[in-house]
Amino acid sequence: MSAKKSNDPFFWTLFGAGGALSAMLIPAFLFLFGIATPLGWVEGPAYESVKMVLLHPLARIVAFFLVSLSLFHGAHRFRFTLYDGLQLKHLFQLIAVICYGGALAGSIVTGYILW
Amino acid sequence: MNRNAHHTLHHPKWYRVQKPIFWWVKRFADIRFIFRELTSLAVAYSVILLVVIYRALLTSEAAYTSLTTTLREPFWVTINVIALGAVLYHTFTWFNLAPRAIVMRLGKWRIPDLMIAGGNYAAWIVISGVIYLAYVSG
Repeated sequence: MSAKKSNDPFFWTLFGAGGALSAMLIPAFLFLFGIATPLGWVEGPAYESVKMVLLHPLARIVAFFLVSLSLFHGAHRFRFTLYDGLQLKHLFQLIAVICYGGALAGSIVTGYILW
Repeated sequence: MNRNAHHTLHHPKWYRVQKPIFWWVKRFADIRFIFRELTSLAVAYSVILLVVIYRALLTSEAAYTSLTTTLREPFWVTINVIALGAVLYHTFTWFNLAPRAIVMRLGKWRIPDLMIAGGNYAAWIVISGVIYLAYVSG
């Protein structure tokens, strides 16, 4: 009898990579764009400067991996939050499809917007 | 043809105690666990915000200015403060758990947990500092 192959190691790898990347990069980004600049604590750079930096090919690649891997990280973690937190173990497949499908769709939309 | 074509496996019904949805509110450790798991929503929100910024940047200067004006509204500042709190909790718990996920060795010497977590924190501070300086220097 052959053991059923699990996809968990694959999704766990995406979860780990996304967790590390988001932990490193998101706090500074969210603080600057979402709080410090709107509240006037720092003066945000001009449109042309932001455009020059964020639209650099390397920045786009970093942004794509940050977004995509973070979405898979969020999907994997939220999937188990629904299983363990809300005790929805009987909806196992539906939740997995919605979570990972959402992350995949988000990645495709991100790629489309970035390029 | 399989001689046991009509054979069906016996699936025993497992005995499982049904837990209520809010089983985790009784213990502080469980609340912390659920909160840590829910940081996933803040992470997802943050990267969606990044994509929205990219979209505005690529559309026009007017679209970008309109977005930065929207982000000044108290509602969005509040959302971003809550999201930052959750993302920082994700960052701290992630770095603190890193030594348990990664066992690093130099020869026979196992690098202490504190050094692995410390290395993550140091890298985070340097990267955040570089992003901050690049941002404020325009």
